[in-house]
Amino acid sequence: MNILIEAARTISPIGVYRMWQRNWTIFRKIFWLATAPTFFEPFIYLLSLGIGLGLFVRKIEGMSYIQFLAPGLLASTVMFGSSFETTYDSFVRMKYERTYDAVLATPLSIEDVIGGEVLWGATRGYLNALVFLIVVAIFGLVKSPAIVLLIPLLFIFSLLFAIIGMTFTALVSNISLFNYYFTLFITPLFLFSGIFFPIEALPPWAHTLAWFTPLYHIVIVCRNLVLGRLNESVLVSTVWVIVVSVVIFLVPIALMKRRLIK
Amino acid sequence: MILLDKAKNNTVVSADNLTKQYNSLTAVNNISFQIKRGERFGFLGPNGAGKTTTIKMLYGMSPLTAGTLEVIGLDVLTQVREIKKRIGVVPQETNLDTELSVIDNLLVYANYFGIPRNIARKRAEELLDFIHLEKRADTMVDALSGGMKRRLLLARALINNPELLILDEPTTGLDPQARHLIWDRLISLREQGVTVVITTHYMDEASTLCDLLVIMDEGKIIAEGSPAELIARYISQEALEIRVIPDQIQKAIDILSPKSESYEAQDETLLFFAPSADKLLKIAEEAKLKIEYMLVRRATLEDVFLKLTGRRLRD
Repeated sequence: MNILIEAARTISPIGVYRMWQRNWTIFRKIFWLATAPTFFEPFIYLLSLGIGLGLFVRKIEGMSYIQFLAPGLLASTVMFGSSFETTYDSFVRMKYERTYDAVLATPLSIEDVIGGEVLWGATRGYLNALVFLIVVAIFGLVKSPAIVLLIPLLFIFSLLFAIIGMTFTALVSNISLFNYYFTLFITPLFLFSGIFFPIEALPPWAHTLAWFTPLYHIVIVCRNLVLGRLNESVLVSTVWVIVVSVVIFLVPIALMKRRLIK
Repeated sequence: MILLDKAKNNTVVSADNLTKQYNSLTAVNNISFQIKRGERFGFLGPNGAGKTTTIKMLYGMSPLTAGTLEVIGLDVLTQVREIKKRIGVVPQETNLDTELSVIDNLLVYANYFGIPRNIARKRAEELLDFIHLEKRADTMVDALSGGMKRRLLLARALINNPELLILDEPTTGLDPQARHLIWDRLISLREQGVTVVITTHYMDEASTLCDLLVIMDEGKIIAEGSPAELIARYISQEALEIRVIPDQIQKAIDILSPKSESYEAQDETLLFFAPSADKLLKIAEEAKLKIEYMLVRRATLEDVFLKLTGRRLRD
């Protein structure tokens, strides 16, 4: 607990921003190279699963399968983008490139460095999600102007997965261990958060369990806002994500401090 | 009072009873030292002596277990951000941004200090001239040789015009040309009044670069002084290295050691230190010792180092 309070005291917004800027400076140089594949991915998914598999699936809640699927995949894009960045990419910077050591010799603190890394991870997931959203719109699947609400919310959703990914990174000693993270955490979330089929199809206990996982809520918000349904569940799920993000934001920072400053 | 302030102002690093404990290992054991402005101060010692831990404490990378440490008049416990603004660090391991060009490495680093873009660019160009990499400004770091990367690390550490420059084994693994270029640059920094702290286990580096050095072993400071002082205090100005046939070893020691200030036996080779090694040699020849090999030379810091830290391997 003490280490969390200390982290809150030592973090500086300008320091966080400067660490973010470092990653942005490098990414900017390869922006199109890195962004182009993220355009193809949604096409591939929506064509194969949405249209291909959709031929064999009856309507869900009165909508076509591709209409049901697209907002859920949008939610998963946020998760994958920020998770890869804050696990593999951050780990490489920490352990192999020793970037953190270099930056820690400057006025930036460890809190600034990790805060900047998390913010950057969120940015990567967010950029991927924006691209995905454009493709969803190209497919004619955006049904309401309520979608503009989703544009800022996607960043918050991405931030949550960046925080979780960085927490795991602070704990692992070996890059191979990220396989566990993706196989045992990210993949089950991808498959059981209501992206591919309504969560109501699962037994009630599984539905309850899903409520405690992050992607479930992000899927609810994405789907409702794409369809233009501004209902209570959008509000509840948004608040869920924000509260959890605020509560755990300092955890990876404190863990990284314990790991690197000794 | 004024005198006191002045004395304080002149001290760049002041360490009192510094201790660093990692679980059961005491990496730094209750050491005290002072580094004066403009000085080049060296930490010399075998691997695991506590050199790197000591300098990591200077910029907050390793919190103190006990003791007090002031850097440029600021307390490392409470003012580390301010300290880091005004110092430069050349790390032991290369940690440049491999995806960036030479000049961009400096510009990105300058941004951590909040140096405005136009000033940073001017400063970066000056520094590339200083380390003779001006023609490589747009080269990607991956394409640089080991020596060039080290020079770039030096330039990077100077981007904020530091008052204190900390170098952790700055020339380990470099070829002689690259080492000499780094040394030359460090000597020229001294002329600009920058205080330099170096760790090294190269004796020639310590003799060439340091005005004052401490020898560390097992977390403690075991000797302190200028290279010449240390040689004079612990051995003598000259050395006679001599190898005789095995059954004369004891005889050689009996004859030569009373005439020496210090002596040492390394396997078959005997080392005698005295103000004049020629005189010792003459005595050896007069005693009709069967000499297989001999060398008269100046005593070096390495002799002091081995005498003080022993010949046991430190792995």
